[in-house]
Amino acid sequence: MIETAFSGLWYGFGVALEPHNIMWCFVGVLIGNMVGVLPGMGVLATISILLPLTFAMKPVAAILMLAGVYYGAQYGGAICSILLNLPCHPPHAVTCLDGYPMTQQGRGGVALGITMLGSFIGASFGITEMIFLAPVLVQVALQFGPAEICSLMLLGLLAGSTLARGSPLKGVAMTVFGLLLGVVGSDVNTGVPRFTFGITELYDGVEIVALALGLFGIAEFLKSINQKMEINLQYTKVRLRDLRPSKADLKQAAFPMIRGTLIGSLCALIPGTGPTIASFVSYAAEKKISKTPERFGRGAIEGVACPEASTHSSVQGDFIPTMSLGIPGDSVMALLLGALIIQGIVPGPQLIREHPDIFWGLIASFWIGNIMLVVLNVPMIGIWVKLLTIPYRYLYPSALFFVCIGVYSANNDLFGVAETLAIGMFGYLLLILGFHPAPILLGFVLGPRFEENFRRAMLLSRGDILTFVDRPISAVFIGLCAVLIVGQLYVRLRRPKMVEDLTPAEQQAAAE
Amino acid sequence: MGWAGKRDFYAGGLMVLLGLGAAFEGQHYNIGTMRQMGPGFMPVALGIVLVLIGITIAGASLAGAADDGESILPAQPDWRGWLCIIAGPLLFIVFGKFGGLAPATFACVFVSAMGDRGATWKGAFALALGITVFGVALFSYVLKVPFPVFKFFNLVSP
Repeated sequence: MIETAFSGLWYGFGVALEPHNIMWCFVGVLIGNMVGVLPGMGVLATISILLPLTFAMKPVAAILMLAGVYYGAQYGGAICSILLNLPCHPPHAVTCLDGYPMTQQGRGGVALGITMLGSFIGASFGITEMIFLAPVLVQVALQFGPAEICSLMLLGLLAGSTLARGSPLKGVAMTVFGLLLGVVGSDVNTGVPRFTFGITELYDGVEIVALALGLFGIAEFLKSINQKMEINLQYTKVRLRDLRPSKADLKQAAFPMIRGTLIGSLCALIPGTGPTIASFVSYAAEKKISKTPERFGRGAIEGVACPEASTHSSVQGDFIPTMSLGIPGDSVMALLLGALIIQGIVPGPQLIREHPDIFWGLIASFWIGNIMLVVLNVPMIGIWVKLLTIPYRYLYPSALFFVCIGVYSANNDLFGVAETLAIGMFGYLLLILGFHPAPILLGFVLGPRFEENFRRAMLLSRGDILTFVDRPISAVFIGLCAVLIVGQLYVRLRRPKMVEDLTPAEQQAAAE
Repeated sequence: MGWAGKRDFYAGGLMVLLGLGAAFEGQHYNIGTMRQMGPGFMPVALGIVLVLIGITIAGASLAGAADDGESILPAQPDWRGWLCIIAGPLLFIVFGKFGGLAPATFACVFVSAMGDRGATWKGAFALALGITVFGVALFSYVLKVPFPVFKFFNLVSP
């Protein structure tokens, strides 16, 4: 196993170091780092804007770049949290709690330095996890028939919608709505147009770029316009030598980093628990085992090191189910999977065998990208900090233009712009009503494959719905679904007590 | 029933409407049998599930409504901002169809920039001009997106 891992990795570095690929990887992490720093720009919106541009690229380069945006943004998001106290990127909301007090004490540079170190350690572990675990998962998953795939997808969808932010019931509603959106267009088996209402452009289905940009672009702009964010720039003068943590700092942060990394990598394995949950769990755990929990919230270095390492370890681990099973854990992964599908690549357990260049190239590019990010962040910290000062009133009109041209270039058709606008307005209605639109994308991407496999499973079982519980592996997944639902009900009923255990600041961060 | 309860009530109601719509529209396609499902099976099934979830959401809001004083609309409805943001892409479509990429970009950025309460005519103009130059250079010349920079206004056959 170790031998295949090393030969695979060796091959992957060969792919990732091709000048063409390394360039796109660099572009990806650079853009990611930039939008991570900009308050009010989301990773999802950025990836969706870039998505149409990747249509003309080779699949490997496309996926390296889009993945780079995702993990690059995590580095940028930490800067935003620590120096400005703005939790604009959910996984880093926890980092504000101790990062900003450190900044106020004049130790913001140290917090950033520790963050970069923790990020790199966390990410490295997450990548290693992927190298060894993904091939094992694939071996198991290759035995799956349509019934097993269906149950697994059901588990992924349920976990993705109930473990995310907000009310689980509303999350499931959004997933079902996403599945319905996935139905739009010609039926694969019979060619019957569904929900097209006579609009020719809809025969190919809802355009994924339009959906993502409507929900995470236009709807977000409608929500954030004229919502004055108090941006306090008084602490943003950070010099390069401030970043170096002292020996005592390093000693204090070392074990929290390792614990955070482990928690993050475990969270990555549970479908639906992405980096945001990992960071919260690790912060709570670190506070619990600390001998001096009263220091947390007042600039404890552990409170920065642990969640940051955890976030990055989980971000890299997120790719495991996506790349090995074809089941995305959250909406970013759903979008990356959408990018692969557009490139004509069928996601699933056969991906590693049929497209080893994508799988191993991606893993190798993670290392390269993370090293690039550390190199980018340390000397260029001054420039990133300058980006923080760009006001939202210049940001959103420019972003709106990128949304329009991005969706236009997907099909070279203005219909897409109208589609995006309509989806965006509906998405804002959903936001007002307290829905989180992220699971829509999850349902939308998995929908067509779910339907296809469901129909095939029913055909094979001659119309017997019990096939899903009769087959043992499938029954395990269905059982896990049941555990998930019961667990959710249990937590719901107990929640008031759990909320009391948190401090007001933590509650506020959790609500974000 | 407080505001948050009311919000969930409407949220559930919207899901019920969506589900009913999907289920009724789905009936027009062939539902098929359990063994050989037609194209209508999935829409109808998903529609029914969505209706059930919607009823649960709305029902829960009636049962235990905590009044946290939250209005359905955001604290300050920002009609100017919303109008300008929605007008941006609309103008992009209209000017894109009849004028080309450059006027479309300018109109989209300029109008949406005016949505911010702190915006000035001058500032929005400068931003729109800058983005137009940058956007045309990037998308037309570097990335070669097939979108004519200028079209002569030709309302008869666009």
